[in-house]
Amino acid sequence: MCMSGIEEKARRARDKKALYGTDVDLESYQSEAKPQSKVDDAEDLPNTVKKAALDVGVTLDDESSGAYVQMDQTPVVAKSLHEGVEIMDIASALKKYDFLQDYWWKLVAADADKYTADVAEAPPTGFFIRARKGMKTVFPVKSCLYLGSTNLNQRVHNIVIAEEGSELHVITGCTTPSHVQRGLHIGVSEYYIQKNAKVSFTMVHSWGKEVEVRPRTGVTIAEGGSMYNNYIMLRPVKTLQTFPTATLAGRGAVASFNTVIYSTMGNIDVGSDVFLNAPETSAESISRVICMGGDVIARGRMTGNVPGARAHLECAGLLLSNEGRIYSIPELDGHCRDLDMSHEAAVGRISEEELEYLMARGLSSEQATSVIVRGFLDVEIKGLPDDLKKEIKDITSREDLKGA
Amino acid sequence: MRLLEIEDLSVSIGSKQVLKDLNLRINSGETHALFGPNGTGKTTLLNVIAGIPRYTVDKGRIMFKGKDITHMSMDERARLGIGMAFQRPPAVRGLRLKDLIKIINPQADISTILKSMDFEAFAERDVNRGFSGGEIKRSEMVQLLAQQPDLVMLDEPDSGVDLENIKLIGDVINQLTQKDQRPSQRTKSGIIITHFGHILNYMKADRAHVMLGGAIVCSGNPGEILEQIKRSGYEGCVGCVCQA
Repeated sequence: MCMSGIEEKARRARDKKALYGTDVDLESYQSEAKPQSKVDDAEDLPNTVKKAALDVGVTLDDESSGAYVQMDQTPVVAKSLHEGVEIMDIASALKKYDFLQDYWWKLVAADADKYTADVAEAPPTGFFIRARKGMKTVFPVKSCLYLGSTNLNQRVHNIVIAEEGSELHVITGCTTPSHVQRGLHIGVSEYYIQKNAKVSFTMVHSWGKEVEVRPRTGVTIAEGGSMYNNYIMLRPVKTLQTFPTATLAGRGAVASFNTVIYSTMGNIDVGSDVFLNAPETSAESISRVICMGGDVIARGRMTGNVPGARAHLECAGLLLSNEGRIYSIPELDGHCRDLDMSHEAAVGRISEEELEYLMARGLSSEQATSVIVRGFLDVEIKGLPDDLKKEIKDITSREDLKGA
Repeated sequence: MRLLEIEDLSVSIGSKQVLKDLNLRINSGETHALFGPNGTGKTTLLNVIAGIPRYTVDKGRIMFKGKDITHMSMDERARLGIGMAFQRPPAVRGLRLKDLIKIINPQADISTILKSMDFEAFAERDVNRGFSGGEIKRSEMVQLLAQQPDLVMLDEPDSGVDLENIKLIGDVINQLTQKDQRPSQRTKSGIIITHFGHILNYMKADRAHVMLGGAIVCSGNPGEILEQIKRSGYEGCVGCVCQA
C-alpha cells in the first residue's frame, strides 16, 4: 500500500478507541519535542540517558551486536557492531530500501485504533534491524527508548527482519527519568521471522507514575522459525495496554511469550494473541503477575487452525493486597481436530504451606515471603544468552518486596 | 541434660482435641521413636513442637533448652535448634535446592552435603518440584544436614523409600544425632515417627513411645515395644509392655 493509502486509513481511525485498556486523550499530549543531537557512539550519550538505560538492563557496551537509542522523537544512536546485523533509524531505512514498503504496516494495521493511527500520521521514527541471511549473533542488539520530556507523546515504529537461518537477540529498555511528570509512549513494532530464523526479544519497561503506554506489535514466523518474547515490567505506570499478535505461518514455527509484571498501581492490561496456522506449530504463553496494588488484566489467546498444533497458556497471579485486582483471561479457540491446547490459571496469595516450610528452616516470615515471590517471578526465560539472563535476574532481585 | 520437656500438653484444631495431657522428656543426646496407629496425633505432636500455627495450645507448655517455646514462632524455634523433615513438603517454584541450602546455612558445604545423599544432580532443581517420594526424603535430609538442628524430628523417613535409600537415610539420621560418638559426648537429639520400624534396622533409637488417642500411653525399649506391637497390635502392646 502506498504511503497516502496508509495516511488515509489512519485519518479515518483517528478517533477509534482501542478494544482493551482505558482510553487515552491524545489531545492532552504534545507531539513536538526539541530535537536531540546525534552522537557517534553510545558511549557519548549523556550520563542521565546511560544511567536510565542501565536501569532497564541495557548496558550500552561492547558486548552488543549493535545499539539503537531514541531520545524523545530523535534517533541519537543507530549503529551495528556486527557484520551480520544491520541497524538504522527507520526513516533512513525507508528512504534507502524500497522493499521496506512490503513490510510497512503489514502486521499491524494503521487503522487498528487511534494509537496506530496517530503513529501512522506522524513522521516515522524508530529502529530498523535486519539480521542477514544465515548470520548468527550471540550478543544482543541493545536498544533504549528514552522519553525525557514531560507531556510528550513519544511515537515509535520499529521493523525487525530476521532473514532465513539467522539468529538475533534484541533487548529493548523503555524508560522515563524521574523528572518526567507525565507522558505517552506509543510503540508500533512489526517483526518478520523468516525461514529457520531464531529470534529473542526482551523488553524491559520502566515508566513513571503518570506515563501511559500503548505498544502495538505484530509478528509473523515462517517455517522452522522461532521467537522467544520476554516482557518485564517491575515499576509503576499509569496505564499500559498491549496485546501483541503472532502468526505461526510456516510448518514447525514456534512462539513463546513470557511476561513478568510487578504492579503497585495503575491500570495494566497485557497479553498475547497467537494464531497457529501451520502444521507442527507450537506456542506457549506464560505470565506471572504480582499485584501489590492497581488493576492488572492478564490475557492470553491461542487460536488453533490446523491439526497437530500445540498451545499452552499459563497465567499465574499473586495478589498481595486488598487494593489490587488481577483478572486472568486465558482463551483457547480450536478450529479443527487433533489439536493439543491447554491452559492453567491461578490467582491467589502466597501459599501458607510454603511459608511455613521455609520458616521451619529458620527463615523469617519476611525472608520466606521474599524468597517465594522471587521464585514466582523467576520464569524460565528461554532463547537468551546467559549474560542477558543475568541482567534480567539482577533486575528482579533488585525489587524490594518487604512490604509483601 | 534435658533438651525438650513437654508438660501436660493439650492441643486442639478448631473444636477438636488432638493432643491430650501429653508428657514427654528428651535428654540431650537421646533419640526417641514414636509408634502408634494412624490418626493418634504423632504428626500433630511434631507439628506442635515445630510451631506450625494451625494448632491451639489449650493447656500445658513446651520447654526447649530451658526456654518456654509454647508460643514462639516457627522460625524462632528453628533458629533455636529445632529441625523437622516434612512428610509431604510443598514444592517451592523458582527456588533452587542449592540456593535454599545456602539460605539455611551460609557456611554449609553444599557439595559435600549433596554428595552424602547422592543428590548432586538435584542442586539446580526447584525444591521438591517434580520429586519422587524417595527424592523428597533425600531433599529433606539434605536440608537438615545444612540446618544441623539440636533436635531433629522425622516423620516417617522410611515410607515409600527403597532398601538402598533407607540405609542412606538411616546413616544420615545417625550422623545428625551423633550416634558415631560416645553416648556421653552426644548433644544432638531426635524424634522419629515410624509405622513399621524399618528405619530402626539402620539407625539407633534409645527409647520409644506408643501414642493412642492423642496421648503417650506407653514408653520403653524400642526393640521390645516394636516386638509387642508386631505380636499383639498397639492395644496389646500397651497392656503387655507397660504393665510389665
